[in-house]
Amino acid sequence: MTRSEHWLLPEGIEEMLPEEAARLESLRRRLLDLYAGWGYELVIPPLVEYLESLLTGTGRDLDLQTFKLVDPASGRLLGVRADMTPQAARIDAHALRRDVPVRLCYLGTVLRTRPDALGGTRCPMQVGAELYGHAGPESDLEIIALMLETLACAGVREVHLDLGHVGIFRGMARAAGLDAEAETELFERLQRKALPDLETWLETAEIPTPYRQAFPALAELHGGPEILERARTVLAGQPSDVQAALDALEDMARRVRSRWPDLPLHLDLAELRGYAYQTGLVFAAFAPGAGQEIARGGRYDEIGRIFGRARPATGFSADLRQLMLLGEPSLPPVRERIFAPPSGEDTALESAVAALRAQGHCVIRALPGQAGADAAAMGCGARLVHREDGWQVEPLDPAPPGDGAAGT
Amino acid sequence: MPGTLTIAVSKGRILKEAAPLLAQAGIELHDDPQTSRKLILETSRPGVKVVVIRATDVPTYVQYGAAELGIAGKDVLMEHGGEGLYEPLDLRIARCRLMVAGRPGARPHGRRLRVATKYVESTRRYFADQGRQVEIIKLYGSMELAPLVGLADLIVDLVDTGNTLRANGLEPLEHIADISSRLIVNKAAMKMKHDRIVEFVARLRAAVEKREAA
Repeated sequence: MTRSEHWLLPEGIEEMLPEEAARLESLRRRLLDLYAGWGYELVIPPLVEYLESLLTGTGRDLDLQTFKLVDPASGRLLGVRADMTPQAARIDAHALRRDVPVRLCYLGTVLRTRPDALGGTRCPMQVGAELYGHAGPESDLEIIALMLETLACAGVREVHLDLGHVGIFRGMARAAGLDAEAETELFERLQRKALPDLETWLETAEIPTPYRQAFPALAELHGGPEILERARTVLAGQPSDVQAALDALEDMARRVRSRWPDLPLHLDLAELRGYAYQTGLVFAAFAPGAGQEIARGGRYDEIGRIFGRARPATGFSADLRQLMLLGEPSLPPVRERIFAPPSGEDTALESAVAALRAQGHCVIRALPGQAGADAAAMGCGARLVHREDGWQVEPLDPAPPGDGAAGT
Repeated sequence: MPGTLTIAVSKGRILKEAAPLLAQAGIELHDDPQTSRKLILETSRPGVKVVVIRATDVPTYVQYGAAELGIAGKDVLMEHGGEGLYEPLDLRIARCRLMVAGRPGARPHGRRLRVATKYVESTRRYFADQGRQVEIIKLYGSMELAPLVGLADLIVDLVDTGNTLRANGLEPLEHIADISSRLIVNKAAMKMKHDRIVEFVARLRAAVEKREAA
């Protein structure tokens, strides 16, 4: 790095300047208030953990996404969190150990080795909520509701919901007797809905004949809730766990339809995001302006097992900054900025300033001899001046036309 | 822009061969893409536009949603990795093969093979799958030259007729993949503009089948 490039940030690492930071902080507060109102308790998991606890049961993708370092104190490998979901699951399974359903939310920066598809950031600010200890569709629906509420709170318009169920593909892969390698190859082609590649692969794969049609058919089972009928026909010969997954998906589609009749709903039977740890329903939200999903989640009932306690679990997460950028710009309530003289011996001035601040105003003190000592240049719309009856707030005179640059 | 569709296509052979298929599917270009300098071409279907870009940029445009649909060679998709994209249809145009080529019988002794290519990812994957460690040299064009001047032992490149190889004293040695152009779809667009996109894919599929039958 040359001397002139000291300002340069690493690829995909971002900072937020005052205006953006203020908007983000405003959204952060509103979301945390929202979650508190739904009974989701905030947890603040650590930035780094032993690698094994971060990667437990999460699959290879998260491993590749995780920055690693060696802990000089223990000689063990630490990981910088790339996803806070496993941390929340560890807290539920090991630290809290409650028998009742537990609702947790979290918000913080995560670090990823490779940029997320959209925007190229490697340090998204992850926000999410998880519900542990209940296996029924009611808890999935609650999480979907909270995800939609989160998007509404951020001012994201025209949200589309996508529903899937990993149990359909998983049951079919098991019934077809696929080994892990074949399952991965098939999975990868299904994720791309790459019918040509799928058919080429099936030509040489050792796979029972009925599945040569069933897997390509799965790749085409996407669309509105009406596709479920076609799915019933196509998947009629599949084992009972596949039928059960289909039932669960249909049930959820019905619940979503009846609760949000105007919400565009899309079903996709080959949508398998988070396949390594998801165990049931999966869902994602899309909105115009983003080429990828903007929030995602689903059921993952096994992840707590390694921490000593498998609990049913469902949750969602999103990138706070992306929500802010996609949402309607909602600036925090603008506080009037008042320019006040430098602090000194005048106790009346000090108490006037303290009183204004206590009322929620922003008071900016002039500094003796400061450059551009002008209220307007400091972004203030008013100033504190001394009159006969004490210190008073007075609006600035409107600047004369053509005299924009103050303090020159 | 609800209801509008943007299709990203690369200039040259792919656009030339895709245009009749698009026309068959009801999308005719208003300008001649080979002579027009416009980057965004209007079509006979209201709300459907074609953007003409570099072949390697097509997956990027579609992945980020700048275009809902794209037509890209399988060679480009293999390099890109296909993340965030659907590839539902093989258009069976711009067909060729991705091959290893070199001088007949020329093999180095006592050192690693050097392979010159534009297709770094595909080359690495192909040789790794075979358990062969090779040194890859990234070039942007005129791959055939590399073995002639001693820059590389082998090349990995697209081979159509093989005439360029033979004219330079090289021959195709190993077949890596059959290449043709694929229709690619942005994932979010598939969810949010589902009906329009599914209808378009079906029309294009019918056009491909009709041409294959002819």
